Amino acid sequence: MRELTFTAATREALTERMAVDPSIFVMGEGIGPRGGNFGTTLGLYEKHGPLRLCDTPIAERGFVGLACGAAMTGARPIVDFMFLDFILDSVGEIFNQIAKMQYMSSGRLKMPVILRGCIGIGSSAATHHSSSYYSVFAHVPGLRVIVPSNPHDAKGLFRTALRSDDPVLFLEHKNILHLKGPVPDESDEYTIPFGLANVARVGRDVTVVSLGLMLRRALEAAEKLAGEGISVEVIDLRTVAPLDMPTVLTSLKKTGRILVVDETFAPFGVGAEVIAQVNERGFDDLDAPPARLNGAHTPTPYSPTLEAAVVPSFDAIAQAIRDVVAA
Amino acid sequence: MQVIRQTEEALARSHQAGLIHGACHTYVGEEAIAAGVCAHLTHDDALFSTHRGHGHALAKGVPPRELIAELFGRVTGCSRGRGGSMHLFSPEVGMMGTSGIVGPCILQATGAGYTFKLLGKPHVGVAFFGDGASNNGAFHEGLNLAAIYQLPTIFICENNQFATEIAITYATRNADIWTKAASFGMPGVCVDGNDSVAVWQAAGEAIARARSGGGPTLIECKTYRTRAHAEGMRDGGYRSAEDVEKWKARDPIKMLAARMPQEQAEFAAIEADVKALVEEAVAFAKASPYPDGITATEHIYA
Ligand SMILES: Cc1ncc(C[n+]2csc(CCOP(=O)(O)OP(=O)(O)O)c2C)c(N)n1
Ligand SMILES: [Mg+2]
Repeated sequence: MRELTFTAATREALTERMAVDPSIFVMGEGIGPRGGNFGTTLGLYEKHGPLRLCDTPIAERGFVGLACGAAMTGARPIVDFMFLDFILDSVGEIFNQIAKMQYMSSGRLKMPVILRGCIGIGSSAATHHSSSYYSVFAHVPGLRVIVPSNPHDAKGLFRTALRSDDPVLFLEHKNILHLKGPVPDESDEYTIPFGLANVARVGRDVTVVSLGLMLRRALEAAEKLAGEGISVEVIDLRTVAPLDMPTVLTSLKKTGRILVVDETFAPFGVGAEVIAQVNERGFDDLDAPPARLNGAHTPTPYSPTLEAAVVPSFDAIAQAIRDVVAA
Repeated sequence: MQVIRQTEEALARSHQAGLIHGACHTYVGEEAIAAGVCAHLTHDDALFSTHRGHGHALAKGVPPRELIAELFGRVTGCSRGRGGSMHLFSPEVGMMGTSGIVGPCILQATGAGYTFKLLGKPHVGVAFFGDGASNNGAFHEGLNLAAIYQLPTIFICENNQFATEIAITYATRNADIWTKAASFGMPGVCVDGNDSVAVWQAAGEAIARARSGGGPTLIECKTYRTRAHAEGMRDGGYRSAEDVEKWKARDPIKMLAARMPQEQAEFAAIEADVKALVEEAVAFAKASPYPDGITATEHIYA
């Protein structure tokens, strides 16, 4: 199969959809002739011009509020934040308006908005360019939150986002954006529904649940542990909201042990939610206390030595898996 | 201006050499603004800056060695290695931070003005920000707040004509940013941002007025950055090489030197002194240790 980067994969989905759906437009800083800070819209301005590839001033609250109004009146806006950190200036528009609009209108209005941005810690981007916040968004009713771990899934999930009538946060880890992975030919119209996790590796001793960059690191750890005789099942959540608990619980039934690996903060996070649901619905399947491994609960430091200390490393993940198996 | 220029050039070389771990937005071509404004400030005045803040930090009194060490990620940096280029802090000298987010400095400088008014102090809050920030809500809300409370806050808009690759003439129908002051009922001034004496004069008047209870001022400095938006980024497609050359010819350091032809020897001596200072600073930064990983979670709370 051919190999594409994340960016090329989602750009293909966007290109194909913009050609058939004239209501789609993209807004953001540098997404016009420049093609996006991360190349998300490269080549599209030449095709569709400035009204559909709309460069904005640095006015996040302004253009997110605009996107809300546009979505209420028949357009499909995609807001491209480059770094997700910049979304925070517009959170009032998202939490109070975009997320609640369908409810407030008793379902008579739809809210087909995609809010996309790059997330994650790495390359000394420091504390204003390293955030993820997916559990924050997942906490709010009305939002879909997507965190793909490979280009194949990114394309399939982005296709679903492009047809969704709900607001979608589409969040890609910037440290894996440039990585290539197999993606079917353009003629293959596969989509991946929201709320369907992927069993990325089959195993029997322990279930590791993860997403994004950490999913890839967990797969590497699983490979190493296979050499130590530990058989790890790895589940890629792919979407944080909705959360696919049936897939997690089915795996737990088989392994009896579970570890959630997440780059972001532990308190009130993905691990907290998954483990709470495990306790509620899979308690009898547990052979050991459920565990989680998270990045440090801190703003993100700059220096490489400090930065490395706040993200779960390959070694830390491998050790956490061993600990759950031994518990 | 020499300290800023030579430090920036050393940083650009260091970036190419892989010594700078994160982003690096240089201030080359815009030195007259920080130098002209900060000449009127003491360490008690509070300066709030942007992502392009090396010049502001240096002009406010952060030594080049602490700035360079910070970008090298060393524990001797002004933010102890936790911040890098976009999180430079040195409250000891009134350098209240650069920022990776465009806009907040405008509001925070307004807050500093509020403190000084509240406590009856003769200090000023100063915000430096780009043309791009002037289209952000923070600009409009901050200037309005400073005006209605008549705060001792100075707003310095460094209009280098682009926000990354977006031209200011695209991002607003009124690219004379200084004229926007009138809609908040505050004085607005426009100066040649490459003319250090003009900046110094305009800032001096505004700061004196603010210190004596006369309220805020917006000063737009028309300027240009002569390097790419950030080191390692492309610098074509959105502006012409001729424009860059035209502005390079308006080098603020050369423009000042041209005003004082009889002082050439002194200019040369300053340049040589600064060269030694910056070389020493780079050596210091290179020799400094990285912070210990276990300190990563210190200082989250008081
Ligand atoms: C809220 C926010 N949105 C977007 C960005 C990304 N960004 C960083 S610098 C920049 C351009 C800033 O332009 P300007 O204010 O004119 O400053 P200059 O770089 O020209 O000095 C942008 C859009 C950001 N840092 N913060
Ligand atoms: Mg600018």
